[in-house]
Amino acid sequence: MKTLLFIIWLSFLSLPFMGIKGALYLFSGICAVFGIFIFLKKSFKKVRIPEISYNLKFLIIGLFLFIALLPFAVKDYYLDVAILAGIYIILALGVNVVIGFSGLLHLGFAAFYAIGAYSNALLTTKLGLGFWSALPLTLFFTAISGLFLAFPALRLRGDYLAIVTLGFGEIIRLILNNWDSLTRGPNGITNIPAPFIFSFELTGLWSYYYLVLVFVFIAVFIVRRVYYSRIGRAWLSIREDEVAAEAMGINATKYKFLAFVFGAFWAGLAGALFASKMRFVSPESFTFMESVFVVCMIILGGLGSIPGVILGSLILVLLPEILREFQLYRMLALGAGLVLMMIFRPQGLLRVETTRFRGKV
Amino acid sequence: MILEIRALTKVFGGLKAVEEVSFKVKQGIILSIIGPNGAGKTTLFNCLTGLLSPTKGRVFFEDKDITNKKPYEITVSGIARTFQNIRVFGSMTVLENVMIGQHTRSKEGMFTAILGTNRFRREETEIESKALEYLEFVGIEDYADVLAENLPYGDRKRLEIARALATEPKVLLLDEPAAGMNPQETKELMELIKRIRNWGKTIIIIEHDMKVVMGISDWIIVLDHGVKIAEGTPGGIQNNPDVIEAYLGKENIF
Amino acid sequence: MFLQQIINGLTVGGVYALIALGYTLVYGILELINFAHGEIYMLGAYLGIIFIGIFTAAGFTQYSLFLSLLFTFILSILFCSAYGFTVEKLAYKPLRKASRLNPLISAIGVSIFLQNYVMLTQGATDRVFPHIIPTIKIEFFNVTMTTLQLFIIIVSLLLMAMLHLFIMRTKTGKAMRAVAQDKVMASLLGINIDRIISVTFVIGSGLAAVAGIMVAMYYGLVNYYIGYIVGIKAFTAAVLGGIGSVPGAMLGGLILGLIESLGAGYLSSEYKDAYAFIVLILILLIKPTGLLGKSEPHK
Repeated sequence: MKTLLFIIWLSFLSLPFMGIKGALYLFSGICAVFGIFIFLKKSFKKVRIPEISYNLKFLIIGLFLFIALLPFAVKDYYLDVAILAGIYIILALGVNVVIGFSGLLHLGFAAFYAIGAYSNALLTTKLGLGFWSALPLTLFFTAISGLFLAFPALRLRGDYLAIVTLGFGEIIRLILNNWDSLTRGPNGITNIPAPFIFSFELTGLWSYYYLVLVFVFIAVFIVRRVYYSRIGRAWLSIREDEVAAEAMGINATKYKFLAFVFGAFWAGLAGALFASKMRFVSPESFTFMESVFVVCMIILGGLGSIPGVILGSLILVLLPEILREFQLYRMLALGAGLVLMMIFRPQGLLRVETTRFRGKV
Repeated sequence: MILEIRALTKVFGGLKAVEEVSFKVKQGIILSIIGPNGAGKTTLFNCLTGLLSPTKGRVFFEDKDITNKKPYEITVSGIARTFQNIRVFGSMTVLENVMIGQHTRSKEGMFTAILGTNRFRREETEIESKALEYLEFVGIEDYADVLAENLPYGDRKRLEIARALATEPKVLLLDEPAAGMNPQETKELMELIKRIRNWGKTIIIIEHDMKVVMGISDWIIVLDHGVKIAEGTPGGIQNNPDVIEAYLGKENIF
Repeated sequence: MFLQQIINGLTVGGVYALIALGYTLVYGILELINFAHGEIYMLGAYLGIIFIGIFTAAGFTQYSLFLSLLFTFILSILFCSAYGFTVEKLAYKPLRKASRLNPLISAIGVSIFLQNYVMLTQGATDRVFPHIIPTIKIEFFNVTMTTLQLFIIIVSLLLMAMLHLFIMRTKTGKAMRAVAQDKVMASLLGINIDRIISVTFVIGSGLAAVAGIMVAMYYGLVNYYIGYIVGIKAFTAAVLGGIGSVPGAMLGGLILGLIESLGAGYLSSEYKDAYAFIVLILILLIKPTGLLGKSEPHK
């Protein structure tokens, strides 16, 4: 009974926006969905997301084959999506270091992504550097900006840090949008060259796919190695209880800096790859929504776990493609999804075992 | 004297939490700090370990001034502590908690971790095995892979001690280690503290349980309303009229 | 020029202050940054346009401009408060016990949801507030002020004064202050925490609604995206004044409005939006507790 009143209330609220017809549709729509939900619940007793357990070795081998042979199997369009997914995975790994592992609420990660992309764009178009020569500089610039943003992180608590990082992200975007002489403003930078490997230009989708794939493997490998070390443990302890971590001799300040720089580094790589792929960058791609998007990936997959992060990224990149017809409702679903996720499954999809250090070496 | 406190004072707004407290600590003893609630004992600990900056006064560790050092610097120097309201790292396993303790005594950095050098691997294995040893020392090695937040209360306290020991301190500060323990656990705790002392550590504990205090202390300091009102051997303190008066109104705790 | 910008600044500042109050009230009680609050403001703006549109189509506006505006305000406020109330019950209440991150993410989710909800139901293009309000210009000291600006400033100040009285003098107001100080103690004294939290959201949303309608009238245009930017600015104002402090939010709003106008007038109007962010970062770095906030002990 209460639920019925609630549904009526919601429909009533939508009246001004959807009109009488719209409100009625909404009412019946929600009732229908609710009815289906109750029916499913009754049929399955308990509706639970099953704990996904897996035999790691087989999964890895199977996945490896699938990934390596992907270009042979799918259309160009999907390959494009896969490349984008790869770039996002690298980005998400970076965010995971800062938010998932160290517990520092960072809502402006798109700024690092942007700095990486624009550095690559500017170095290649204005200074004529090739992708590979520009890369170290790009990574350096992005890492420095990570250092720069780490300063406020030292003194600010959770929500405040979130807002400052958000502000930083927006300021970067505004600068990119308005500093016409450097960044060409909203028009963006075009004609970014593709990378060369021994005078072989990587313009084809296939070759770019394998390039990104290699980088993803490198990223996962390095990030994993750093996680399973005393540095990773230090980050975890700071997330858990900073005061106790300090009492155990961990210089929280130093490790917070390290987290920001390390995370920014990967965003820089992702940015460079993004710029070279799209051959074009503009401030549009680096909004707050982008930062939110990346944060969602790690929340969805489970904060702090590498397989979780990869899964989260894949889902968030692939799902909109699969559900192309419902494009319009994508963001609506994202918003609702976030709320539902927080209420019902805040720990993410994959059971976050964080990392177990025993016998990892 | 391994530790010396000179005229330590900590003022919060109008409240003098700790006022002109001075004492010296000999190496290798078990020192208890007692006093009614609100006497300033934990505040004293916090000043010693760098969580709070004293308003006035100095702290000397092995003749070096550590008064305004940061908490992690103090731990590196060789003073470790446990917390009154137990602060273990909940979503890490018991073993991992203790491995964190070893952090300052290890040095491999990011690059060797990425490269996976032999030196790095050796250090990691060493950290892990040492951590296991500490777990065995306090008696919770069976729980090594259990998440710290799932541990029963008494074992969590022991975990905190193991973790603090892992930092290889010269001085160990225990904040109300016997709180909430039944008589059996309390007896085991007393044994544990004595074993730590036999290991060569100096131990300072804040405690309300008089059985523990009288049972294991070599020296006792009594605080009341932030001021040191007495210090001496357990026998001396028991008969000290000022101490008795400070506890007056409470049950005869001796 | 200077005086002109002051007038403009106070107008915009009044709007920021009204919205900032919503942020500060909620933060004081729940320690939550209500990311979705900016969207409530946006809803208010849209509702204003929707209702005045309905009244105009029904011929009511032509009959009595004053009454139709009055009812527009009343209905928009009611609906916005209802939205604010519902959002709290659905997206924040279940997460009251969770860590800091969860309600924040939930708030972001609500914000995204509301933005797109309006976009889908009202279209992605700008909507226009009908030109029914006569703009009379008042000239003095080389400065031009429209009646609309005067209206906004007066209404803002009036509402701020009313809120101040409400919080200081009424029983509910005092209960709100008690809950903000110490939730547990307040509940032990018999205060219904849930009810107070709901009241807080309702009041905050109502103020935001008024702000929204006034902005719709002032600029004549709205789109579904205005909530985000103004939300951040109003939040900055709240932080500037000291988050959790009601007079702080009022002061912060007015000051921020002035900074923005003066900055746009004298420095650069392209980076107008950036001023708020810069102020935000500076405040958080220099004095995070804001102008009127109290220092909190560092844990």
